[in-house]
Amino acid sequence: MAEKVGVYVCHCGSNIAGKVDVEQVAKWTGQHVKDVTVARDYKFMCSDLGQKLIEDDIKKEGLTRVVVAACSPHLHEKTFRRACSNGGLNPYLLEMTNIREHCSWVHSDRAAATEKAKSLVSAAAERVKWQQPLEPTYVDVNPATLVLGGGIAGLQATLELADAGHKVYLVERQPSIGGHMAQFDKTFPTLDCSACILTPKMSEAGQHENVTLLTYSELEEVTGSVGNFKVKVRQKARKVDYDKCTGCGVCVEKCPRKVLDSEFEAGMGTRKAIYVPFPQAVPRTPVLDTESCIWFERQRCGACRKLCPTDAIDFDQEDELLDLNVGNIILATGWKMFDCDQIPQYGYGRLANVFTSLELERMCNAAGPTAGKIVLRDGKTVPKRVAIIHCVGSRDIRHNAHCSAVCCMASLKFGHLLMEKLDAEVYSFYIDIRTNQKGYEEFYQRLLEEGMHFVRGKVSEVTDAARLPEEEGKLIVQCEDTLLGRQQRFPVDMAVLMGGMEPQTDARDVGLTCGISCSMAGFFTERHPKLDPVATMTDGIFVAGACQGAKDIPASVAQGAAAAARVQSMITRGKVMIEPIVATIDEENCSGCRICNNLCPFNAIDYDETRAVSHVITALCKGCGTCVSACPAQVITGAHFNNQQIFAEIEGVLWDAMQPTEATDASDTAEVSAS
Amino acid sequence: MKYAYYPGCSLESGSAAYDLSVRAVAEVLNIELEEIDDWNCCGATEYFTQDELVATSVIARNLALIRPDLRDVVAPCAACFLNLKKTDALMQDDPAMNAKINSALGAGGLHYDAGRVRVCHLLELLHTEVGEATLKEKMVQPLTGLRVAPYYGCQVVRPLGGLDNPEYPMKMDEMFKWLGADVVDYPVKAHCCGGHMTQISEDAAFELIRRLLQSAVDSKADLLLCMCPMCQLNLDAYQGRVNNFFNKDFQVPIIFFTQLLGVALGIDMQKLGFGKEIVGAEPIIQSRLAEQAAKANA
Repeated sequence: MAEKVGVYVCHCGSNIAGKVDVEQVAKWTGQHVKDVTVARDYKFMCSDLGQKLIEDDIKKEGLTRVVVAACSPHLHEKTFRRACSNGGLNPYLLEMTNIREHCSWVHSDRAAATEKAKSLVSAAAERVKWQQPLEPTYVDVNPATLVLGGGIAGLQATLELADAGHKVYLVERQPSIGGHMAQFDKTFPTLDCSACILTPKMSEAGQHENVTLLTYSELEEVTGSVGNFKVKVRQKARKVDYDKCTGCGVCVEKCPRKVLDSEFEAGMGTRKAIYVPFPQAVPRTPVLDTESCIWFERQRCGACRKLCPTDAIDFDQEDELLDLNVGNIILATGWKMFDCDQIPQYGYGRLANVFTSLELERMCNAAGPTAGKIVLRDGKTVPKRVAIIHCVGSRDIRHNAHCSAVCCMASLKFGHLLMEKLDAEVYSFYIDIRTNQKGYEEFYQRLLEEGMHFVRGKVSEVTDAARLPEEEGKLIVQCEDTLLGRQQRFPVDMAVLMGGMEPQTDARDVGLTCGISCSMAGFFTERHPKLDPVATMTDGIFVAGACQGAKDIPASVAQGAAAAARVQSMITRGKVMIEPIVATIDEENCSGCRICNNLCPFNAIDYDETRAVSHVITALCKGCGTCVSACPAQVITGAHFNNQQIFAEIEGVLWDAMQPTEATDASDTAEVSAS
Repeated sequence: MKYAYYPGCSLESGSAAYDLSVRAVAEVLNIELEEIDDWNCCGATEYFTQDELVATSVIARNLALIRPDLRDVVAPCAACFLNLKKTDALMQDDPAMNAKINSALGAGGLHYDAGRVRVCHLLELLHTEVGEATLKEKMVQPLTGLRVAPYYGCQVVRPLGGLDNPEYPMKMDEMFKWLGADVVDYPVKAHCCGGHMTQISEDAAFELIRRLLQSAVDSKADLLLCMCPMCQLNLDAYQGRVNNFFNKDFQVPIIFFTQLLGVALGIDMQKLGFGKEIVGAEPIIQSRLAEQAAKANA
């Protein structure tokens, strides 16, 4: 029996109708495309009345297939599938074709655009006849969640979920949770103490009945899919028994080996071989660094083990692999600072008194290596003139094209602290000052009034080569002041480089493990930059904080909470729908060559060793079609994208070539498709 | 290793020490340099401002003259290197210019396929292609105790050349560290020497030269190593006039880096063109090497 196809061409106000003669397209389709029983154009198909048109036609005209020519299916496929369902038609018997983004918005010639729209509609109408009714499947959602990263974004997400009564595994690579925020002294623009607002959250997470804290741990493997992920976590050997340790600190106190702390103290201070990174660390359990421990070097010392009152030190402790079952995963893996020595003309690592922003941050901190004293590298001289250089490794196509979003405000904060604590002259070298959040511009105005100096220009070099007597013994910052249009030299005692925010070095690996992609810069890619900023293209994997893009504390907290809200809604619903647009392998004819196994970007193809065939895990498959096209035996079928459907679509788009009698239009159409 | 060699005009006259030392060093390192037959001037910096087509055609003629079996050309002079590199890149990127240049070459019965020859700077050749292991192996006279300031100048490290970090190059530093020298941190290593400003505006040029000399003195360098004939000329030949102008007493020997490399490779100093510089470099080198020998004997 022939299908009855209904075709609906949307004006989208003037978005489509402005460049495509939609009435003509509808009329032509009704007259020329086989099996089309209804062809209409309508002002806004997505409106209630537009949807009603489809429903009514299905009922009255007995439509068996529906084509909507409108915008991108990303926007309204769900809407029109629902309309089909309401009319009593299986929603997968709908085909949307995009005559807005793919046609009206990108063409200027109305006649040619109209011809192209006809081809697109014809293609959809030919294909839809071959579409098959499909039924989605549903799986239960495991209410436990894995949060990767214990910085402020991860902490926020963890607490939101745990407070709502759900189990959370918080996995952190470092010995303590807290992230970068724990290193900071003051936070902008309110200048409240970073530790004072962070540590309550840390200890709450540490003691929460619904939170399992896994510090000094790494994500190893993720399998399964939304609702039911199986996760392997490696808990690195601390060499300290977590249960026996009371956190008394005797081991740290008695350890004779001091080493440079290049992590928490940013190289500004020292720690012991067995250490707790900072006083408020959660958990309090120390970590023994086997690289610097005397015992692991030559089996001597062992002071910590001898003196521990609870026998908690265990030199033989080994890494432990934990298997966790969770329904959703939130990635909050944070950022790292740009290596400032990559810009050698700024002298970091070569000129002693060039500091990074993190180093200054540690010096400002009363609990830091200098007990809050801001001094030069000699440990005693107080700087009188300080240069703060913005955009080091940011907004620079040689390093990172992006703006790091926090450095302008952090510079202002440093300016305030340096003037307040040292009464220093502070010079800020900026390209643009970007203070576009609540209270930020006001803070900038405050610093202008407080007398911080602002020089607009990109610093060309920081040098110790003096030209004038007053430059002797100083660092000289050479910069074109672009407001004056003049090269200027500023002799200073200290230069601070505002290193940009970069993704973690292994962000791409973590992305691969979880089956999500990264931007060119290496930040995790969200599902939609505006409308879906914390979800990813892989269902059940969410992102929050600076791992998704450079951002400050308030924005990280907001994303942490948003990701938790998304997970909560999944948990509350209890079930997730799995799209039926998936690949199926004809196992009878599969040769077991395994070519498809490694090609699948979603790890959705399993190999059955005993039967020597591959098979698709429906819950993981996204229906991308990679395996379908790669299978040398052509035994993989993509539901909703089978060969008949694709060939019909091609024939439809080439309708003029298929019908030699209408060849008069052919030359026009050829031009259109070439454009 | 066999390379086409493009000495350029300076190396035939004022910078003969560069040419002598390059050839001597190449011989010891088994690098075969085959001078391009009938090469012509690269036009330096001036020709480009007059007529780009003529300027590039004049340069491209040298590339076209390179024997088809040679894939690399070495140009020790900064301007020559940059001009060859720039012209080759332009011909690769701009088909219209490529056609025009080749039609000009055609009038002389020549043709050049853009990209056929790789333009290579001497520093790249020695640092990267010869490399640390060979240099250390061939070294007979370590430069221990000699404080050298490596000066790259502004041309060779320009981004187009891809030779080293344009803002703070390090390859010459590294090379002389391998050879045992005390390489000082020379913060103005990529700053301009003033170029032809000595002819146009002496004040401006002298100030630029003064900064370079002052920085060498501040970093207690025994001598300054150049890789550009223009830089060497400005710093060496104008040093006396800079002294008069600023009432200073700079006595900084300025030599080509290949000359000192030659010393490390045990080549006789006369063969390396020593003595042609105005502020003599031999005494300080001899005395540092003597100190070193005395220490070794003690």
